[in-house]
Amino acid sequence: MEIVVNGVYLGAQYALIALGLTLIFGLMNVLNFAHGQMFVLGGFVTYGVTERLFSGLHFPLAIAFFLGVIAAALVLMVVGGLFERLFFRTVINRSARDESTMLLAAGTAFLLDSVILILFGQQQKGMPDGQKLIDGVFSWGSVLIAYDRILVAGISFIMIVGFILYMQWSRTGRAMRALAQDKMAARLMGVNVDFYTMLGFAFGAALAGIVGGLLFSVTGINSGLGDPTSIKAFTMVMLGGAGVVSGAIMGGFILGMLESVLLSLLPLIGLGDLTHFIIFASLMVFLAIRPQGLMGKPWG
Amino acid sequence: MLNRKNFMKGLSVSAFALSFGLLSMSAAANAADKVLNVGFVGVTSGPAAAWGTSNVRSMQTRADWLNEKGGVKIGADTYKVNIVTFDDKKDPKLAVAGFEKMASQGVRYVVGPNTDEGAIPAYDVAMKRGIVYFPYAFAKQLYTKPNAPAYLAMIANYQSGPTIYKWLQANKGVKKVAFVAANDADPISQRDSGVAAAKSVGLEVVDGKSTYKSGTTDFNPILSPVIKKNPDLLVLSGVAPAAAPLLLKSARELGYKGIISTETAQNADELKSAGSAANGFISLGGASTPELASADMKEFVKRYTKKFGVYDDESNTKVYALEYIIGVLQANPKAVDNVDEFKKTAETFSMKNPYIKGNMPMTFVGKGYFGQKNQIFVPMVVNQYENGSFKTLFVGKVD
Repeated sequence: MEIVVNGVYLGAQYALIALGLTLIFGLMNVLNFAHGQMFVLGGFVTYGVTERLFSGLHFPLAIAFFLGVIAAALVLMVVGGLFERLFFRTVINRSARDESTMLLAAGTAFLLDSVILILFGQQQKGMPDGQKLIDGVFSWGSVLIAYDRILVAGISFIMIVGFILYMQWSRTGRAMRALAQDKMAARLMGVNVDFYTMLGFAFGAALAGIVGGLLFSVTGINSGLGDPTSIKAFTMVMLGGAGVVSGAIMGGFILGMLESVLLSLLPLIGLGDLTHFIIFASLMVFLAIRPQGLMGKPWG
Repeated sequence: MLNRKNFMKGLSVSAFALSFGLLSMSAAANAADKVLNVGFVGVTSGPAAAWGTSNVRSMQTRADWLNEKGGVKIGADTYKVNIVTFDDKKDPKLAVAGFEKMASQGVRYVVGPNTDEGAIPAYDVAMKRGIVYFPYAFAKQLYTKPNAPAYLAMIANYQSGPTIYKWLQANKGVKKVAFVAANDADPISQRDSGVAAAKSVGLEVVDGKSTYKSGTTDFNPILSPVIKKNPDLLVLSGVAPAAAPLLLKSARELGYKGIISTETAQNADELKSAGSAANGFISLGGASTPELASADMKEFVKRYTKKFGVYDDESNTKVYALEYIIGVLQANPKAVDNVDEFKKTAETFSMKNPYIKGNMPMTFVGKGYFGQKNQIFVPMVVNQYENGSFKTLFVGKVD
């Protein structure tokens, strides 16, 4: 049971991370290699704001933290929007080759890594004095889960549902979905393609920043987390089907559950070292059989 | 016979002679500003950055201090000390590149690398290119080969482990121990040494196989099965400073009440991010211990803090490697350009320890572990973290 609880907790984070990546891919056919770095930047912005408000201005911790997460969302939205407007749009308009955006995305990952190191340094950062949003551990039979994890998982679920509803029912969401399906047709129907593309990239980056902020409250943040996070995000997106929202969510939960199950069970038979090997080997086999992922379209 | 042609030839010869004279004068002037380049190759970015950063800062602080006093007198010459650094990012290929760079710049003495992964591949470059280096890495093959160019610069976990476990056995009633390590060469190696050490002092090892992937941030799924085996002591083998707060937080959150320790150096500033969960954490530290610290050590700490704004406790032991390099060169000036002379002199070298009150001379040690003296003596101080800073638990000695 504890395995399932941990799997759901991990899955919610992963799903939210993957949503941002798949949104950007769906809109622009761009693989945003800097997604993990955006997650890290979100964590650090949350840290900076929380620390300043709580330790400096003596705001209550919960209020300081949530303002920090909002700040992270706004900062990443601006960063994402600027990246799309200044870098990606320029490259896409000038280059006939799709691979150019891959190089650009890798370059932005290095750029963000360097900026993060310069601004925030190398050290692990946590909540002020290691405090928690909510103290205590929920205990039920052999299940132990800290209340702050329950809170973070709950917020993640709410955000996933909110994202789905927004994409389904809002004017902006409809415009983005039209864009993802057929850019030319969307343009002909009067959709401001450039504006909604930038907005989509900004939303994707904001989602990464928000998760970075939420997870900061549980596991802290350090500048080395960018690449591991990007790798996991890509794993989920490929598993679920690139560019498909429901695929990203499913991929996130599957990866979360797999990790939780394997990390808990394999050590019992002396194979703890093999957890991630098994996950990635399984992924390779799966993609060989079904390259488009669980919910992806065969034509890509 | 003087004509235009002969005159011009004479003039050019004179000009050449004059130029040579100026060059000679310039060369003579340079002799007063000799530079001793000492290198550092190690990790200054990533989760283990605290290890390499404290090395660089220690060396720079000490070098500045020596240069302020006019430099270091070695034989008939006086040298300014210059620290040349290279970040190997804990990548073996970069460590090799770092050593090649040092060799190409004429640097013969290198502090670091901080891990086996860097120190092992650097061995061949050091041998071929005439470098002596001071790894913070525990792999015994670095130190056991004849004429080895590597000198262990800190206490290895297979030296400190037995001492710590015995102390905990005697003073805290520890009987059962579990080990958790990152799935990397160094932590796994330290875990295996730790398991052997624990068994050798009669402890029951209830879990010696649990691992996590580098970069892991959520340790609950990993620690939960370990903690259910009820160890009295949980050893975080080879844990990187950035990962320690997360592991501590997870362990306490899961209800673990026992002792948690490691044999790597830790960083008090980073441990703060775990809050009270880090209290009681045992690790190897430096010798700013009041009972040990000399006036020079206090001066070093003061200068370091002023220069960098914070103090890394383990810098107390990180400063020693540079001191040994300079001390041996002073004892045998021929070693400046010839590392074979260094190795020869290291056999019998001894000098007063400027950093410690009382009599603990700086000498080369390690015969009991490596069959030869390929280790520098540094004090073994075992620390316990408490509310933001390290306290000395005890000062041990290597058996």
